[in-house]
Amino acid sequence: MASFWEYANPRKFMATSAFLLPWTAGIAALCLVTGLVWGFFFTPDDFRQGSTVKIIYVHVPSAIMAVNAWMMMLVASLIWVIRRHHVSALAAKAAAPVGLVFTVIALATGALWGQPMWGTWWEWDPRLTSFLILFLFYLGYIALWEAIDNPDSAADLTAVLCLVGSVFAIISRYALVFWNQGLHQGATLSLDAEQNIADVFWYPLVIALAGFGFLFLALVLYRTQTEIRARRLKALIAQERMA
Amino acid sequence: MIGLLTRDLTLAIRAGGGFGLSLAFFLIFTTLVPFGVGPQTAILSDIAPGILWLGALLACLLSLDRIFQLDWEDGTLDLVATSPVPLEGLAAMKALAHWITTGLPLVVISPALGVLLNLEPPAYPWLVASLALGTPALSAIGTFGAALTVGVKRGGLLVSLLVLPLYIPTLIFGALCVTRGAAGQDALTPLIMMGGITMGSLAILPFAAAAALRVNLR
Repeated sequence: MASFWEYANPRKFMATSAFLLPWTAGIAALCLVTGLVWGFFFTPDDFRQGSTVKIIYVHVPSAIMAVNAWMMMLVASLIWVIRRHHVSALAAKAAAPVGLVFTVIALATGALWGQPMWGTWWEWDPRLTSFLILFLFYLGYIALWEAIDNPDSAADLTAVLCLVGSVFAIISRYALVFWNQGLHQGATLSLDAEQNIADVFWYPLVIALAGFGFLFLALVLYRTQTEIRARRLKALIAQERMA
Repeated sequence: MIGLLTRDLTLAIRAGGGFGLSLAFFLIFTTLVPFGVGPQTAILSDIAPGILWLGALLACLLSLDRIFQLDWEDGTLDLVATSPVPLEGLAAMKALAHWITTGLPLVVISPALGVLLNLEPPAYPWLVASLALGTPALSAIGTFGAALTVGVKRGGLLVSLLVLPLYIPTLIFGALCVTRGAAGQDALTPLIMMGGITMGSLAILPFAAAAALRVNLR
């Protein structure tokens, strides 16, 4: 029985990810095109919000993936701290810029929607503010990776930062609720609800959600491959210098 | 460990710039605010709680690179690491020394600066209480940030980027406590919440800081 941990072997990881990458990228493209085209052009306008409601097909999936990307980095950092698998550390490093971009997309689409709907681009609402803080956490994490030369030290320190940052991010989330009453609506999607939103909006949204999920997976696989190749290249150059 | 603490305090007093600089920064920051927003006392007393907390937070931030940098450069940190004193203890003592040299003077001087900004009278006990309870958390978080970046050359800006997001919960509850105190509302709840954050930071962050120091000393 093959163990999950054999993917910690870079060679095995490269082979498996090379096989998975076209599939995940393909499914992502398919789901994104279907979900977004369906959502943008073949759903009715909302009764009150008009066509602005269609931003949901980009806003909600990117917001969900922005948080999930941080969770994935947290798990990968834990695996690195506990089991010292280099692939795991590199995957965390590879996921950070992707998560950062998802955060920016969520913030930007939210602002675009908020302008006509709330009459303001920005409101110091707990949800909006916590995303801004998440953005800052991503920036700090990436900056720390860039600042440290030794790759192992960088992996260790960013992992510690990710663990501590997660705790403080959660505290901030609750502190913000305390600090200001929100303008943002509550969670629209939850797993235990009978029906979250009307089916016409629901099906394209689910497809777009899957598309963003697979897009994240494909990007992280691809970027992790790049990191591994960069690491190998560095080792080869060092070898040649020694010879 | 007590020796480490007294050493840090002695260095701060004798080498100069220990107690004075962050206080002077706090003072000049508070002085600059009326130039920025105008001298109307109504506006000033509205924003005073937030400004005083922000000033204290930035004053703490500015002194962070002193915590480990000199000891790292002259090798003291390596000596301590090979001594029987645990690095966790060192981190805790460094945070304590930072608090005594930075946080405590800020707490003491804050009422005077509150007068400058026309802070509402009922808010003064809350200002002192919240700063007294909150600045230890700022020192503990800052020590963690300093430990992370001790090996980075010119890490001053990086420390700000890493530490400031971690300061957010403390700042929210601290400023909220003073604001509510000024308005005569329930100020105890945010104070207690902030106390919880302080206790949690003091309990956990010395370990995280020590882990970061071990990586940097490798």
